[in-house]
Amino acid sequence: MKSRFRWLVLAALLPLPAMALTGEEVMKKSQAAFLYPGKDFRARVTMKLIGKDGGERVRELVMLRKNFGEAGGDQKYFMVFFKPADVKDMSFMTYKYPAKDDDRWMFIPAVNMVKRIAAQDNRSSFVGSDFTYEDVSGRDIEDDSHVIEREEKISGHDCYVIKSTPKRGDADFGHKITWVDKTNYLPLKEDQFDRKGAAYKHFTADEVVVIKGHPTVIRRTMKNQQTGHRTEAAYASGDYELGIEDSLFSERFLRQPPRKWLE
Amino acid sequence: MLARIAFLLALLLSPLTGRADVTFSGFLQQNTAFNTREANSDGRHYKWLEERAQLKLDASNGPWHLLAKGDLAWDHLGRQDQSELRELYADYTASNWDTRIGRQIITWGLGDLVFVNDVFPKDHEALFAGRPLDYLKRGVDALKLGAYPEFANFELVLSAGFRESQIPDAGRFHLYDPMPTVTTRGTTRPGRGDIGLRVYRDIAGWDAALYLYRGFQRTPSMRPDSMTAPTRIDYFYPQLSVYGASVSGRAGEGVLSLEAAYYDSRQDRAGSDFAVPNSQTRLLAGYQIQPAEDLSLSFQYYAEQMHDYSAYRAVLPAGFPIEERWSHTVATRLTQFFLHQTLRLSVYASYNDGNGDHFVNPELRYGLTDRIWGAIGANLYGGKLWGQFGQLAHDDNLYLQMRYEF
Repeated sequence: MKSRFRWLVLAALLPLPAMALTGEEVMKKSQAAFLYPGKDFRARVTMKLIGKDGGERVRELVMLRKNFGEAGGDQKYFMVFFKPADVKDMSFMTYKYPAKDDDRWMFIPAVNMVKRIAAQDNRSSFVGSDFTYEDVSGRDIEDDSHVIEREEKISGHDCYVIKSTPKRGDADFGHKITWVDKTNYLPLKEDQFDRKGAAYKHFTADEVVVIKGHPTVIRRTMKNQQTGHRTEAAYASGDYELGIEDSLFSERFLRQPPRKWLE
Repeated sequence: MLARIAFLLALLLSPLTGRADVTFSGFLQQNTAFNTREANSDGRHYKWLEERAQLKLDASNGPWHLLAKGDLAWDHLGRQDQSELRELYADYTASNWDTRIGRQIITWGLGDLVFVNDVFPKDHEALFAGRPLDYLKRGVDALKLGAYPEFANFELVLSAGFRESQIPDAGRFHLYDPMPTVTTRGTTRPGRGDIGLRVYRDIAGWDAALYLYRGFQRTPSMRPDSMTAPTRIDYFYPQLSVYGASVSGRAGEGVLSLEAAYYDSRQDRAGSDFAVPNSQTRLLAGYQIQPAEDLSLSFQYYAEQMHDYSAYRAVLPAGFPIEERWSHTVATRLTQFFLHQTLRLSVYASYNDGNGDHFVNPELRYGLTDRIWGAIGANLYGGKLWGQFGQLAHDDNLYLQMRYEF
């Protein structure tokens, strides 16, 4: 009786780190920190698409995001394009569900029409950049198995190094290694490998700032190591807890985005 | 001319908008389409040959928004004035309602170059002559009211004056004409405007809409003064009401669209006037998938049914082509992007099983820079002489579009 009691006390006194996180838990926390902070978020995103030869294309948009439920749950995204000129005023809306395909709509100013579009492939390129839709709005944690390979320090940050392998064979990558900051759980670096194991895409979080208490990656790069093409994305005037209304995510505002959210 | 004055006025007034947020933009464009099969009926070799500049003014102040979009165009095929006011409207936006007044482009329905509930004016000539997609629709001069209570969204469109669709020019296209010897012709346009209402909402994850329209056919019908010895033909726009519905949502891997409408030909409900189109049912089913990265495929099935077919057959003058009670059309579009979505290949093809009407439009479009894009494409037509596309069988053309945006 006495010894059993002593064991209980001992368990309670054990330091927290000993309750080790699994790879999946780290990735869940990382997704929450990277893609779910705040109730809502807005940023003006500038993407530079840079070719191997240095040729540059610029894509500029405002992105608004609102969470519906817990981290890892439903989200809605609203985007309005400014550049290039031929997609100016085009807007785009996604209802993102963790366990099923997203719903997506697009407003085409040339014919003043809102169109629902098929979206089963989240691994496809976002506006021609090296980022995929999943890189912008998240990949389902359950789609991969995650293992903590090791812990490592990069640029002064202690990181978990996680190996994620798709459970099904339909992804465009074979596996990826992610360096997740142990303090704020942001992904600082990611190496994707193709299905043959060759280096494929390389992600870096280039600048992190704290906005309303949320560490936020405001500059990031994705480089395709096989083509030499890379995309640098900068998030300007990022902000949280703006009180974005549920009604924003509707056909009405897709046709006429409220200016207060675009400035 | 009036359009140009209004546009200049809008430009001049823009500084008076005070603290408004004002932006100017626009483009310079070259557009050429030349015949690949034979010359136009006017003997020329081009369907389109024009330079165009568009200026767009966008001004916002609080709940107000003003947009003016005007074109200056230089046509090389003998048209006097192709300059036009594309759009000029003011918006007022409140929390659960809004309004837009002025010339505006309105598009309803779900079809891709197939129109079931889109009762608003189009520019068919623009499509057939290889002009950019922005010219497919014509603006209407209207008051649009939007109301957004909890249970549904309402869009009411009131036009004081009627605006017709632009049909291909008989000088540039080989149009079917059952009475080519009659040269005295006139057009009567409706003296009244029209009204449309769209009600839409989400139903269990599906986008559902109802459409009501009371107005006129946008393309003219023809009435000769005599069937036996005609000396004069009058073009007119028959009265029309449309009652329709659509739904669109996820089905399997893609997006399914269903649309239907009843076309009530009010001017001739019995179907006994051969000059007025019969009342119709129009049905559309569309399915779009994305089978691979940067690739989109869509399929459409479209049907039209005449309601008073025996009356139609009974009054149809001898020598006029006979249409079938049911008309079935299938259409498909493939869109594939390359080079980080700067190069786009698009192919649209449609085929009607009744009269063999077909239309194929392949197009390759490339963004040379973020400001300059160019497109090369072709319009290929075929079918029976009187079909929508069949009559254009001699009008195949290859087109080039080049635009610099600023």
